[in-house]
This record gives sequence, structure tokens and C-alpha cells, in this order.
Amino acid sequence: MLRAESVDIRVPGRLLVRALNLEISPGQRWGVLGRNGAGKSTLLHVLAGLRPPDAGRVLLDGRAIDAFSRRTVARRLGVLLQEESRDYWGSARDYALLGRFPHAASLFGPGARDREIVDAALAQMDLGPLAGRAYRSLSGGERQRTRLAALIAQQPALFLCDEPLQHLDLPHQVALLERLKNSALGRAAGYLLVLHDLVFAARYCDRLLLLFGDGRYAAGTRDEVLDERNLAALYGFPVQMREVDGERVFLPARSAGPHAYNPGL
Amino acid sequence: MRRPGTALLLLLCLAVLSAGFGLLIGSASLSLSDYRLALLAPDSVPAQIVWELRAPRVYAGFCVGALLSVAGTFLQALLRNPLADPYVFGVSSGAALGMLVAMLLGLGAAASYGFGLTGAAAVALIVAALSYRVGDWNPYRLLLTGVVIAAGLNAGIGLILTLSPEAAVKGMLYWLMGDLSHAPAPLSVGVLLLALCGMGVAGGPAINALAVGRLKAATLGVATGRLELLLYLGAALAATAAVLIAGTVGFVGLIVPHLVRMIGIHDHRWLVPCAALAGGALLALADTLARSAWAPLQLPVGVLTALIGVPVLLALIARREDAAR
Repeated sequence: MLRAESVDIRVPGRLLVRALNLEISPGQRWGVLGRNGAGKSTLLHVLAGLRPPDAGRVLLDGRAIDAFSRRTVARRLGVLLQEESRDYWGSARDYALLGRFPHAASLFGPGARDREIVDAALAQMDLGPLAGRAYRSLSGGERQRTRLAALIAQQPALFLCDEPLQHLDLPHQVALLERLKNSALGRAAGYLLVLHDLVFAARYCDRLLLLFGDGRYAAGTRDEVLDERNLAALYGFPVQMREVDGERVFLPARSAGPHAYNPGL
Repeated sequence: MRRPGTALLLLLCLAVLSAGFGLLIGSASLSLSDYRLALLAPDSVPAQIVWELRAPRVYAGFCVGALLSVAGTFLQALLRNPLADPYVFGVSSGAALGMLVAMLLGLGAAASYGFGLTGAAAVALIVAALSYRVGDWNPYRLLLTGVVIAAGLNAGIGLILTLSPEAAVKGMLYWLMGDLSHAPAPLSVGVLLLALCGMGVAGGPAINALAVGRLKAATLGVATGRLELLLYLGAALAATAAVLIAGTVGFVGLIVPHLVRMIGIHDHRWLVPCAALAGGALLALADTLARSAWAPLQLPVGVLTALIGVPVLLALIARREDAAR
């Protein structure tokens, strides 16, 4: 569905990603891991067609992504940016209604069906009682849930989310990931999540893309990619694997003193 | 306001009232029988006063106020900056400079409009060209470029004022403060106003989405580059038309969008037409006062818009602070 072919990503003075080939098929659950500044957010922008790759190309449904109108892209890809506006004039529901923009056919604004979809999305993000509150008066976590409700109301075939868990408390983190996983299992929508949480990455992503920040990357299934050696190399920090109730859990090594951390790696 | 339709209707009534007020009041005091004459006998003196002197001026004042408010609304959305006003890019300074050069040279009305239009178009192009990069039209660079160019043009305006013969300076100052006493009232301005309002209403949902940032708006399906160009051109056209008609009337374009937002209308599908009506009504009213309150002395209307607008706005700001608490 979404394909990157030999994609290079540069920032001034540095090559972050070299010759990335990635194919995201419908219903797949991808996680992107990497250190700060490794190019995760920039890659997300490239995949969403918001920024041209420095080499290579991005194909949506087999055609160059910039050949589509933004509106068409928005019906296929839903994007949660790492930083979204903290300020909006309307209520949480008004903000979530923005998610219906690519679908709105009428000048008279969102119709009854759009409102139903938005109310359902707000309820899924546990915002029912807050729907009428001013967006700018919400707490950080409530605002993040409002952005996610807008994204869910957008009903894309693929979610591209940059740190979707930020500001969320534990139950809302799990609720969001379960919601996304269920739609992926039903093949309604796959996802690609930029995450920093190894436990959730291992639990909710069955494919992973590791960005090393120096051009190298590793992409594959969870079993191929997620191991102590790869993660230690990725973060420059020792990581230990434990089995808890048959689930593989990756933890930062406790024994690692300050010397074990090698930011230059 | 819960129902923006109600607000639009109320503002429409206000606009009609201000127009009626403008037709009924003026430096010549007419009696009730004069008004009957004005309605029934088209050749009578009262009819000439009402329909040939007052009506075009009310129309011109309404159009200028509405155009400035629409331009302000567009630019505040484009730059996502509440301090943006129609003059921020210097398009109006370009028009003013052109007009003043024509006045200085003692050219006729047609030539001065030509000069003004040329000045405005040149500035709009220069600002856009200097701030445009392929694929990236940064509002901050646009704003900064415009502000710097406007500062340069204003120095040029100051230069012309000092070079002009003293007799001409008062007329120029009136015009620079905004003055409707010699305003033309062409039909085309009303057409332009309607077209821009239509554009604001039709583009309203996209303009609303732009409020959450251009990147997020792009992910929602807004063609941000095209929308920003349209907002820029629309605002430039509106500001130029307004300046050519009435000079640089201050305050209206900056404040009226805020006034309308303060009564609770933020959705651009409603905000644009409401701001047009409110701005038109405000300027028509202010001009009626300007030409009648101290008759036979006529004040420049720009002075009055500020005198009326400042206390109203301050009162609204104070009230809103209370409501927010």
C-alpha cells in the first residue's frame, strides 16, 4: 500500500537514512525505533508526502505520492505529528471534526454521519464528557487524546503516528494501542508508530524498523529484528531480554553504570 | 454565540440600519417632508442630496469597511497572527505612495488610480517574490518581508509629504488618515467584495484547518500552498481596492475580525461574512458621524473609526477576561 524505494533522508551535514526500501501492506503493524535525531520524524514526513525524499521515491497504491491531491492522500493516510497545535478556537469536538475534512463533501460542513463518527471516536478516546470543553483548556494528555480522536475520525487505511503515547497515562496508552491493534487485525487500518517504549513496541508491533541515524537501518519481523544485540547497538545502551509469561520483554540493563552509555555509537 | 446564523442576521440588520442612518443624516438637515420628496420626486433637491450625495458615500464607506475586514480576516488566518492587518504587507503603502506621487505631480483622478494600482501590484509582487521559495512559503518570512517593505514605503510617503507644497499637504494627510469625502463608488467594488466573501465561505473549512498549522492542515487534505496564495491575493486585492477608494482607513481591518470572534464566531464560513457586515456597518456609521457631527467641518473617517473602535474593543476585552475566569 505504501512503499519507500531507495529513499535517502538528509539533514544539513548528515545522512540519516540511506537507500531505505520499505513496503507497508494493509493491516501491518509497524514500529519505528531509534535514538533522538535518528530521522524517525523526518521519515514519517517523507512517508506521508509532506517532504520529498532526498533520493528515491515514495509510492502510495503504486503511484508516486505527490501525484495525488492532498485530500486523496488524507483519505488513505492519517498522520499524527510529533507536535500538534496546543491552541484551537473550538471545543474538543470541533478539533476532532477536523478529521472529517478530507471526507466532507458539503460546503455546509460536517453532516450527521460525520458527527456520529466523531462522537464515536471521542468516546473511544474516553473524551465523551469532555467533548464540549474548549480544546485549549484541556490538559496535555486530554489534548493528545483529542488529536487521536481526530485521527481515528479521519478513518485512514494507514495510521502514521509520531510518538502517539506521549502525555498519555498508562490506561490510555493501552486503550489507544488496543484500539489500533483491533483495527489492524480487522485489516481496516494498519499502522506505523514511532515509539520509545520497548515493551509496547514488542507487544503491539509485529514488524519493526530500526533507524541507526547514520544511514543504516534494519527492517523486518519482530523476531528477526528485536534482540539484545540490535537494541544495544541502536540505542548505544545495554538492553536485556526477559521472558515474562511467555512474552519477550526488553529492559534497560540495570547494571549499566554511566560508563556503559555511549552516545557516540 | 451558539448560533452563528443569528449573529449574521443581527449584523445584517445592523448594516441596513447603518445605511439608513447614513441616508437620513448629513450636514444638510432635511425635514420629514423633504424625505418624502426624496422618495417620490427624483429631480428634487432633497432627492439629489439623499441619492446622489449620501447614497454613494454610504455605499463606498460600507464597501471599504467590509473589504478591510475581509482582508484582515484573511491575513490573520494566513499568518496565524492576531496582529496582522490589511496594511501589514505594504500593499496599501504601495498604493498610497502611487497616489501621492500622482497628487504631487498634479495628475487627474484617473491617473492617480492608475498610479495607486501600479504601486500596489508592484509591492504585492515584490513581497511575494522575495519571500517565496519553491515548495515553502513561510508565513514568517512573508510577514517580515512585508513589514520591512512597508517601512521603506512609509519613509517614501514621508518624503513626498515634506516635498509637497503646503496647500497640497492637508489633502494628502486627510487621505492618509482615511477619508471618504472624495470617494468614488464603482459597482465593481461591490462585486469584488461579494466574490471575496464567497471565497471565504467556500474556503472556510480549509481556512479553519489552517489554524492548526500548515503541516497538520496538509495531512488533513488542505492544499496549503494554493490556499495561502489565494488568501494573500484576496487580501492584497481587498486592501488595494479599499486604499484606492478611501485612503488608509486605520483600525477597521485589524479590529473587526477580533470583534466578531469575541461574540463567539470563529468558523471562517461565518466569520468572513460577519466581519464584512460588521466592518461595513462600522465604517458607514463612522463616516456618517464624520461628515455630520461637526458640520460643516468634515473629519477624516479614519480618526473616528479609532475613536469609536478603541473603547468598544477595550470593553469587550475586559468582559472576555471576566468570562474566561
